[in-house]
Amino acid sequence: MAKLTEVRWHGRGGQGAKTAGYVLAVAAAQQGWTVQAFPEYGAERRGAPMRSYVRISDAPIRLRSGIDNPDIVIVLDPSLIATESVLSGLPDGGLLIINTDQSPQEVAESLGNPNVKLYTVNASAISVDTIGRDIPNTPMLGALAKVSDLLELDITLKAVEEQLSGRLPAPVVEGNKEAIRRAYEEVQVA
Amino acid sequence: MGILQPLEGNMAVAEAMRQINPDVVAAYPITPSTEIVQTFATFVADGKVDTNYVAVESEHSAMSACTAAAAAGGRVMNATSANGLALMWEILYITASLRLPVMLTVVNRALSGNINIHCDHSDTMGARDAGWIQLYAENVQESYDNLIQAVAIGERMDVRLPVMSCLDGFLVSHSYELLEVEDDDAVREWVGPYKPNRPLLDIENPYTVGPLDLYDFYMEHKRSQWEAYPTAMQAVIEEGKRFGDAFGRHYGLMETVELDDADIAIVALGSAAGTAKDVVEQLRDQGVKAGLLKLRCFRPFPGEQIAAALAGRKAVCVMDRAASFGAGTGPLYHEIAAAMYGAGHAVPIQNIIYGLGGRMLRPEEIETVFRDLVQIAESGKVTETCKWLGVRE
Repeated sequence: MAKLTEVRWHGRGGQGAKTAGYVLAVAAAQQGWTVQAFPEYGAERRGAPMRSYVRISDAPIRLRSGIDNPDIVIVLDPSLIATESVLSGLPDGGLLIINTDQSPQEVAESLGNPNVKLYTVNASAISVDTIGRDIPNTPMLGALAKVSDLLELDITLKAVEEQLSGRLPAPVVEGNKEAIRRAYEEVQVA
Repeated sequence: MGILQPLEGNMAVAEAMRQINPDVVAAYPITPSTEIVQTFATFVADGKVDTNYVAVESEHSAMSACTAAAAAGGRVMNATSANGLALMWEILYITASLRLPVMLTVVNRALSGNINIHCDHSDTMGARDAGWIQLYAENVQESYDNLIQAVAIGERMDVRLPVMSCLDGFLVSHSYELLEVEDDDAVREWVGPYKPNRPLLDIENPYTVGPLDLYDFYMEHKRSQWEAYPTAMQAVIEEGKRFGDAFGRHYGLMETVELDDADIAIVALGSAAGTAKDVVEQLRDQGVKAGLLKLRCFRPFPGEQIAAALAGRKAVCVMDRAASFGAGTGPLYHEIAAAMYGAGHAVPIQNIIYGLGGRMLRPEEIETVFRDLVQIAESGKVTETCKWLGVRE
């Protein structure tokens, strides 16, 4: 049996869930995995709820549907917890990482204390500090690198640099890397 | 051996275009193919290609400019989707009738209404009679490979036809995947230099292109165009083999998975075939003799080859990602049913319409299609020819 890990990102248009999915795929590819990452939009509107999907496997990936039963769920916007079924299909013991200023205990309570491994990190505050804007996508990769065995921190930093250089000014790329390092340190477990 | 790198589908297409380095690209961007022409425009601006990039005000103008540039003697490429393809409609027929090998990547998207930006095949299925060759890709690698092969197929002197290289909107166009990108020089050498046929810019030998052509000669001209398609089908086979010999990935008119000894089989185009491969493998593990026919070349339509591949199955399902309104079934079903009848194979055929406007196709749904085929194989009867999959009734 192929070893397949499926990651579902919940975000809002403009928060970078698509880019984060791509960076995760690139980083995983650099670690030797086969990858697939694609977004699921409504109408490509800024602020509208959207998802992006990442598959990471040790075999060719042929499956091309959305991810209903993820191993890992990452939520970029805490307001989506109330409106989107972020827990949908996440099995017992699955990983849930949420960008929020609340503690893991508070979030767990608001979700009805699900039987998952819940982590929180204030990625918005970190990105405002390091990038100057609330773009929480890259710090969530730092949190993921810390709490899962999917990603190495240094490879994540390198993938982000490769993906963002040329598209963004050098200080912004540096800010994103700093955001990843900080989220790696600051992610909290319930 | 190419270099393995992760790229988004649209970027991989733009990369193939950069390597091919066409003389003219005249394009008008539209979701979900926008990044192809956007990325290619940056290649032009950065001097990475020698292409004359024409920014036009509509898709009708885009295809008009492409057709004129091809008649003038240039190698010409373009990309579009859905409503953009629809606006090119009038010119599509002219490009093919004039035997001009324009290469058009179509990122498949639902042709309204209501307005929808997501994948189905209603755009290219509607253009099936325009005279263009149509190749469909399952994934990013095939999107890249198909476009390179399209150039070689369409430009062959015994073919000289335009080609649509089709990939599924968002599902493939926005999917980041690892693919083998071949060396620039190797791609250019494989494709070869462009040889124009009677270019208009050869001013020593002037002639008229596209004049009035009435009942005294029009039908002979259509008949001579008709003769090109069997040759084009042979070219798809030969160039697919030549591509495989050069780069290690062989292509043909279709790909089959576990089909030879299958009792039940489905036929699909594009990305759905990828999901179907996983389902076939799971069913085989459970002892169900399931198979898949992934059609790559829809135009020219390889009816005899499809009929031969499906002959002997106990039940077949044709999956259509487009509805032919008023026909009662989807377009792929019509052609496969006709091919089977013509070849004398009385296999019961189910038609499924799925995935319209980007409705996700899940592996469990494909499994239900196969489970229904088991019933049909037992009874020998299809109770409802066309069913819609994943729709709320």
